[in-house]
Amino acid sequence: MQLFPCPFCGPREESEFQYGGEAGNLRPDRDVTAERWADYLHMRDNPKGPTREIWVHMTCGEFFAMSRDSVNHKVSGSSVLGDVEHGR
Amino acid sequence: MTRHYSALSLFKEGIAGQTGWVKAWRSPDPKPRYDAIIIGGGGHGLATAYYLAKNHGVTNVALLEKGWIGGGNTGRNTTVVRSNYFYPESAAIYGLAHSLYKTLSKDLNYNVMLSQRGILTLAHSEAAMETAARSVNAIQVNGIDCELFSLEDVRRVVPIYNFSPDARYPVYGGTWQPSGGTARHDAVAWGYARAASRLGVDIIQNCEITDFIIENGRCRGVVTSRGAIRAERTGMAVAGHSSVLAAKAGFRLPVNSYALQACVSEPVKPIVDTVVISPDTSVYVSQSDKGELVIGGALDRIPSYGQRGNLPVLEGVIAGMLEMFPIFGQLKMMRQWAGIVDVVPDSSPIIGESPLPGLFLNCGWGTGGFKAIPAGGTLLAHLLATGQHHDVSRPFDLDRFASGRLIDEAAGSGIAH
Repeated sequence: MQLFPCPFCGPREESEFQYGGEAGNLRPDRDVTAERWADYLHMRDNPKGPTREIWVHMTCGEFFAMSRDSVNHKVSGSSVLGDVEHGR
Repeated sequence: MTRHYSALSLFKEGIAGQTGWVKAWRSPDPKPRYDAIIIGGGGHGLATAYYLAKNHGVTNVALLEKGWIGGGNTGRNTTVVRSNYFYPESAAIYGLAHSLYKTLSKDLNYNVMLSQRGILTLAHSEAAMETAARSVNAIQVNGIDCELFSLEDVRRVVPIYNFSPDARYPVYGGTWQPSGGTARHDAVAWGYARAASRLGVDIIQNCEITDFIIENGRCRGVVTSRGAIRAERTGMAVAGHSSVLAAKAGFRLPVNSYALQACVSEPVKPIVDTVVISPDTSVYVSQSDKGELVIGGALDRIPSYGQRGNLPVLEGVIAGMLEMFPIFGQLKMMRQWAGIVDVVPDSSPIIGESPLPGLFLNCGWGTGGFKAIPAGGTLLAHLLATGQHHDVSRPFDLDRFASGRLIDEAAGSGIAH
């Protein structure tokens, strides 16, 4: 069982977490083309190697950002959602 | 020299001390230019090469594989072949694959060991039986063989199932596709490779794509670990790495990569003569010709390119298998592995020209690519030869994500995606 670091609760078992999506995929403003909207809804970088993702720790219900490697599964850190993730 | 496989050639070679067999496929060095390039030496890529040569007479073709052929998902799946899908578009594509599978051994002169032993998807509640009935109706309307099974039917087909009154997931019935079954996955890759090679296709292994040659906004070939290779049309069938190659070509795909695990037990005497899927445990079981129980389950829920599974999902799969078949409690498990699958929002494949003109896609099969190999090959070959969609592949174009015409087969596989 791999441990993931929840920024609020500390290291917990991976089965307590749910993947939420790639970090930085910001919802576009209204009145965009169908292509731009589809890009936001469906298209993904899906990187091989280092990746930054949004996860939710289901037991405390908090969303957070986690940096991880998609090949060897090593976690390099996690943090509360900041200005970047909120598009500010 | 013995090229054709038959009982007679087997007999002759037996007399001659097995000295006359020729290699199943050639291993030529790549030429600088071809009429078409296919990236990916899995089942879909190899089938594309074969149908390009056979159906369209295009034989000046290079198939490029970064490792060895059939070493990716083609060699990692659980070998299930079926076509019991809900939507007409899906029935057309998987039905095409299934009908080609039925004559594949003869077409390829290679025994792919298709075993139409039937496939049973269980229903574990009254509500699930209602859904099963609706599903069977839709599948029958699509022209695919499928029956609604009662509890008694299930008892007849899998008597060793856990029918105890205190079962966590009691059986109410299920859906049955009698023509479904399994095929030998390596044989499918090797059979297509041999047949394509005999028609003139160059199969080039250990040849990794490092970049695309893009001129005037068109794909005109690839740069590989064995030099640049040019062609006016390039197809890619690289499940598990579709996003990685798309990034090199300058576009994104609606694909997330996840690990899908499977495991096999030690070989035992024949005990399950069909394929059994339980949607509620997310586990399915069949028995290989060698006697191993082949067990598959749901996806790992962590995006991954590591071809190995995580422990919690394996634990859930084994627990589900034991709930279904308590009789297997003393079985020893022999191997466990994972393949990386392309998961698409609507669980349907993506086939068509990519945003980079001259580059064509065959990806996004998710957890169900093996059963679709003959169709994936036929359709990508049609695109490469004509530049146009086949009627069957048109609904699966990448443009459906902007138009909203998704083909949502999330429930089509019978297991969680």
